[in-house]
Amino acid sequence: MNIVVCVKQVPDTATERKLRSDDSTIDRSANGVINELCEYAVEDALKLKEAHGGEVTVLTMGPDQATDAIRKALAMGADKAVHLSDEALHGSDALSTSYALSQALKKIGFDVVILGSESTDARTGMLAAMLAERLGVPQLTLASKIEVDGSAISIHRQTDYGYDKVEATLPAVVSVVEKPDPFKPRYPSFKGIMAAKKKPIEKIGVADAEIDPAQIGLAAAWSVVSDFTAAPPRGKGVVVNDEGDGGTKAAEFLVSKKFI
Amino acid sequence: MLSEDHEDLRKTVEAFARDEVAPVIGDLYEKGEFPYDIVRKMGAMGLFGLPIPEEHGGMGGDYFALCLALEELARVDSSVAITLEAAVSLGAMPLHRFGTPEQKDEWLPKLAAGELLGAFGLTEPGGGSDVPGGMRTTAVLDGGEWVINGSKAFITNSGTAITGFIGVAAITGRRADGKPEISTIIVPAGTPGLVVSEKYSKVGWSSSDTRELSFTDCRVPAANLLGQRGRGYAQFLQTLDEGRIAIAALSVGLAQGCVDESVRYVAERHAFGHPIGHYQAMQFKVADMEVRAHTARLAYYHAADRMLRGLPFKKEAAIAKLVASNAAMDNSRDATQIFGGYGFMNEYPVGRFYRDAKILEIGEGTSEIQRLLIARELGLGGL
Ligand SMILES: Cc1cc2nc3c(=O)[nH]c(=O)nc-3n(C[C@H](O)[C@H](O)[C@H](O)COP(=O)(O)OP(=O)(O)OC[C@H]3O[C@@H](n4cnc5c(N)ncnc54)[C@H](O)[C@@H]3O)c2cc1C
Repeated sequence: MNIVVCVKQVPDTATERKLRSDDSTIDRSANGVINELCEYAVEDALKLKEAHGGEVTVLTMGPDQATDAIRKALAMGADKAVHLSDEALHGSDALSTSYALSQALKKIGFDVVILGSESTDARTGMLAAMLAERLGVPQLTLASKIEVDGSAISIHRQTDYGYDKVEATLPAVVSVVEKPDPFKPRYPSFKGIMAAKKKPIEKIGVADAEIDPAQIGLAAAWSVVSDFTAAPPRGKGVVVNDEGDGGTKAAEFLVSKKFI
Repeated sequence: MLSEDHEDLRKTVEAFARDEVAPVIGDLYEKGEFPYDIVRKMGAMGLFGLPIPEEHGGMGGDYFALCLALEELARVDSSVAITLEAAVSLGAMPLHRFGTPEQKDEWLPKLAAGELLGAFGLTEPGGGSDVPGGMRTTAVLDGGEWVINGSKAFITNSGTAITGFIGVAAITGRRADGKPEISTIIVPAGTPGLVVSEKYSKVGWSSSDTRELSFTDCRVPAANLLGQRGRGYAQFLQTLDEGRIAIAALSVGLAQGCVDESVRYVAERHAFGHPIGHYQAMQFKVADMEVRAHTARLAYYHAADRMLRGLPFKKEAAIAKLVASNAAMDNSRDATQIFGGYGFMNEYPVGRFYRDAKILEIGEGTSEIQRLLIARELGLGGL
C-alpha cells in the first residue's frame, strides 16, 4: 500500500509564538517542531504499513528549516520524504495550500493520504476536506481508528453516543485525532534516528509539482489578516468554597458562563 | 557540540521524560513502586539497547548515547535513570564485553529490549569500597556446576518481576600470589538457593529496586561463568570505570533538573513585593547551580570522549563522577532552599532531587574512592 502522510512543522506551543510584523503571517523562523497531530498521522501510517505492507512517504510543504519535522517522521519509521519548498508558497492560505499539496500528491501517487485533523498554528482543520475535494477522492475525517481491507477503508469517528463507522473505497484522504495509549505516536529509537539520515528526502519546487504560481502565495490568498492584537491576559479564576452549597454555586458559575 | 544523531536522541529522551515520566513518577516514588510501565516504554524506544550492537538486538549506538539518555531522564527523575544505568552499564555491558557467544545470544536481545533487567552483585554486607578485602562470597565447581555461598548487599534491579539474572562476583580460588581469585558467575533469577530479600527502605531512589541477596548452595551450570575464570577483578574494574561516566551523566541530569526547577520558581514566587528572582542572593544561587551543572557536564563529555577514542580514561571518569555527584548534592540543597517550605514537600520535584542526590556520592565508588583513584593516577599511590 502506498501511504502518504502530510506533516507540518509548526512553532513549538511550549514557547512564545509570534506573527510577523511585515505581512502578518506566522513567524516560522525559530523553535519549529512537528505538529502534534501529524505525529499521530505518522503513527497510524506506520501501523497500516506494518499490517498491510507497502511504503510510507512523508510529504511536507514549508520553508527549508521544516526538515526537522521530516527527520522526526523518518526517525519514527517512514521510508522517504518529499519536501515541497518554494519562496512562491510563502503566505499561502488553506485553500492554496490544499491546491499545492494536491498537485504534489498527484505527482507522488497514493492509495491513502493521512493527515492530522488540524495544526497547532493556524487551527483551521479544513485541509483534509479540501484535499479530498481537489483530488476527487472520499474523505474520512476525525478518525480515531483506521482499518483497511483490500480496497475498502473504514474509520471510527468518536461521537457523544459512541462512535460512527465511516466506510469508503481507496484511494482516500483520512484525517486523524489524538488518541490515548497505546495508540500514541512512538518515540523514535536511536537506530531510527541514525537510519533517518540515510533515507531519501526529495526537494521539489512549484514547477516540479506543476503548481500554477497564480494560485498560491500571499497574493492569491482568499483569507487576509487585516489586523491582530495580543490576546488579553487571562483573568483570575473563581474559587468556590463549599459550605454545603458548593454544587449549586459551581452550577451557577457554569450557567453564568453559558456552559450549561 | 553534539552530533545531529546524539542531539536528536537527547531531544527525544527529553520529551519522553517530560511527557511520560514527570506526570507519574511522584506518585510511584511516594508509594515506593517500581516503574514497570515506564521501563516497558523505555524498552520500546530502545534505550536499554543503546550501546549494544544491532546483531544482539541493540541500537548500535555508543556509550555516550547512553550517558545522554541518563542525563535527560535524571533531569526529571533518578529512580528511572538508575534503573536504566544499572541494567545497561552493570547488567548488559559486562555480558556484551566479556560474555561467550552463547551467553550473548541467550541474554542480550532481551536485555536490549528492556524485557529483562540485568543486575551486578559486587558489594557485600562486609564492604563495598574494599574489594576483594570485604568479599566473602565463594563459588566452587562441583560436578559441572558452580556452587555459590555468601551474600550481597544493595544490589540494584535484583528483585523486580523482570530481573533476568545477577552477575555475581565470587571468590573461586587462590592465586599463586596467595590473593583471592575472583570470577563473575551469571545467576538467573529464581535459581534455587538464591534468596532475594524484601526491598530496603531507602532515603532516596524510592522507585528503584535495591535488595540484599543470599546464596546457600546455589547451583548454576559451569557454563554460566562470565568470560574467563579469575578475570572477575579486571572485569569489574573496567565495568566500574565506564559506569562512573554514566553515574556522572546521571548526576549532571539531577543538577540540571535543580536549575530547571529553580529558574521557573524564582520567577513565579513573590516575597516583599518582587519575584524572589529579583534578589541577588537568589540569582547568584541559581548562577552557581548552572556553573556546577555545566562544568560537570564538560567533565563527563570529556571522559566519554576519551573512552570512545580508546584512550585511557580512568582519571577523567573519576574526576567526572566526583564533580558531578558533588554538583548534584550542592544543587539539590540550593534548589530546596530556593523553594523554601515547598522544597521540603514531596509534591515538588526538588525535594525528591534532594533525597536522591546523596547516594550519588556513595554508589559505584564513594567520593573518597574517586579521590584515591585520582591520586593514584597522579602517581601518589605508593607513597
Ligand atoms: C541504593 C544503592 C544501590 C546500589 N547498587 C549496587 C549494585 O547494583 N551493585 C553493587 O555491587 N553495589 C551496589 N551498591 C553498593 C555501593 O556501591 C556501595 O555502597 C559503595 O561502593 C560503598 O561501599 P560500602 O557501602 O560498603 O561503604 P564502605 O566501603 O564501608 O565505606 C564506608 C566509608 O569509608 C570510606 N572509605 C572506605 N575506604 C576508604 C579509604 N581507603 N580511604 C578513605 N575512605 C575510605 C568510604 O568512602 C565511606 O565514606 C548500591 C548502594 C546503594 C546505597
